[in-house]
Amino acid sequence: MDEKAPALLDVRDLTTEFVTTRGGASRPVRAVDGVSLHIRRGETLGLVGESGSGKSVMALSIIRLVPFPGRITGGSVVFEGRDLASLHEGELRHIRGARIGFVFQEPMTALNPVFTVGDQIAEALVVHRVARGAAARARAIELLDAVRMPDPSRRARDYPHQLSGGMRQRALVAAAIACQPSLLIADEPTTALDVTIQAEILDLLAAMRDRIGLSLLLITHDLGVVARLADRVAVMYAGRVVEEGTVHDVLASPQHPYTRGLLASLPGATPGSRLRAIPGTVPDLAALPPGCAFAPRCGERLGACDARRPEAITVSPGHSARCFLHGGTA
Amino acid sequence: MAFVEVRGLVKTFTRRQSPWGRTQVVRAVDRVSFTVAEGETFGLVGESGSGKTTTGRCMLRLIEPTSGSFALRGEEVFGLPARQLRALRRDMQMVFQDPDSSLNPRMHAGAIVEEALIVHGLGTRAERRDRVRELFGLVGLDASQLDRHPHEFSGGQRQRIGLARALALRPGFLIADEPVSALDVSIQAQIINLFMELQQQLALTLLFVAHDLRLVRHICTRVAVMYRGRIVEMGSTDAIFREPAHPYTRALLSAVPDPDPSTRRARVAFDPAAVDLAAPLRDVEPDHAAAI
Repeated sequence: MDEKAPALLDVRDLTTEFVTTRGGASRPVRAVDGVSLHIRRGETLGLVGESGSGKSVMALSIIRLVPFPGRITGGSVVFEGRDLASLHEGELRHIRGARIGFVFQEPMTALNPVFTVGDQIAEALVVHRVARGAAARARAIELLDAVRMPDPSRRARDYPHQLSGGMRQRALVAAAIACQPSLLIADEPTTALDVTIQAEILDLLAAMRDRIGLSLLLITHDLGVVARLADRVAVMYAGRVVEEGTVHDVLASPQHPYTRGLLASLPGATPGSRLRAIPGTVPDLAALPPGCAFAPRCGERLGACDARRPEAITVSPGHSARCFLHGGTA
Repeated sequence: MAFVEVRGLVKTFTRRQSPWGRTQVVRAVDRVSFTVAEGETFGLVGESGSGKTTTGRCMLRLIEPTSGSFALRGEEVFGLPARQLRALRRDMQMVFQDPDSSLNPRMHAGAIVEEALIVHGLGTRAERRDRVRELFGLVGLDASQLDRHPHEFSGGQRQRIGLARALALRPGFLIADEPVSALDVSIQAQIINLFMELQQQLALTLLFVAHDLRLVRHICTRVAVMYRGRIVEMGSTDAIFREPAHPYTRALLSAVPDPDPSTRRARVAFDPAAVDLAAPLRDVEPDHAAAI
């Protein structure tokens, strides 16, 4: 990977708000709150967070598919040198699916139940004018073969319900890479799958990345999945990235109390011992404290934590944490 | 006599591929036998379709087993008429995976926990109310929340309500079916700690049905690994995780993603065709048997 090359995807201060009406008053809730991140060619970035952290809205904001009543209210997304905010819907459609592929968590809802798997992959090729007719169908079978679908020519004629969960996810990966995108966004691609199938799909994503030079934005709640596949990781909490760095730096020496807490709460170290749970609950975005969103659950909070929101501080080259423990209290 | 003794449990379902197709018989649970000692936490692990949930549900007769036997404290559960079964149910309860669908959204949390006491005709109204408050405290909920509906609680708190309901009748045996898999990572640890505390405090015998091997390793003393309706490996958790003997267990253990970036292990591939499903369990070492 070339460290100096311009990033394939460069997101700056992206903010997405949802207007909620609770108790009569309507007010905006920031699901994504000033998030910046970048992905280089061939690189895999893991975006980690719990429910409500904003990681999925982040993915939809990148491709400008935020569902109503959500709205992107700030920031920029530069992909392959073009600012996606400046493009109109028709131009965006040539990027989505063609230059940026997606794989979502639920393979059953992402596939259309009334068309065969082969037809749905071929459709991606036809829509983006890569191939038509018999050529598109032949290419669909090649793609199913590329994602190691057993008996691809027969499976291409199957409907989604005839496939197992793992096979459906393979079919979705095939459709996502059909137009040879440079970026693949995978949102919890293995969460609904059994652990042995999950390992196969992760291996498949790694193989695709290495073979066709794909960059990967891998969204997950599972730090184990990140350790297996990602080069770098960004940890999200309440709409913000609280820690970012290489997988090794972040998982081996976490610098934000939230990341430390997540790792410490995993079972494993000493069987039968009390787990070091993070107290409290995942915060309600509509009622965030004025300071650091993690402060109410944090065992290392300082005076400044309740007053102001911490800025990201570089702890070591390429490793930053949004926490006053590393300075910025003055 | 073991506290829990399951012998030759079979559950078959019939299905048709299409409305005019031939009827197929599927063996969801196939001659499953295991014992759990009093006060032990026994893990039943496997992937979807392995039969682990069906095994738990058959034991409580939430679905009727096809054949086999299950004795709790030496008393046979299968074949009991409904009346006696209800009495025995006081001693065996279940915590479900999804608190969203297992708690009645129209009832107050307090009423949900109290319901079992009413059904079993236990206590006066005042006594029941005291017991519900006591249960709320036991699972770490605030008694001021008794009048709230399930949707007003977080996922972790809802699972605490489910646990309070299961404990209302002071059961000796609890089946927990994936009790934390629907929860956020940072909340899972809280609920697991609660399970471990209550098990100690109330001397519960626990059957823990789960797919998360890290979790099972953490809280279970003994484990059975299920694959396609059968137990393919069983024994002390320590022995199985140290030296898995069955090819499926090996593949399963090697597939668990490890958050430690310094240990990228090689994954063990699994060939379903290489498994002899008819092989009986045989001892590979004391308290460790595998179907190989």
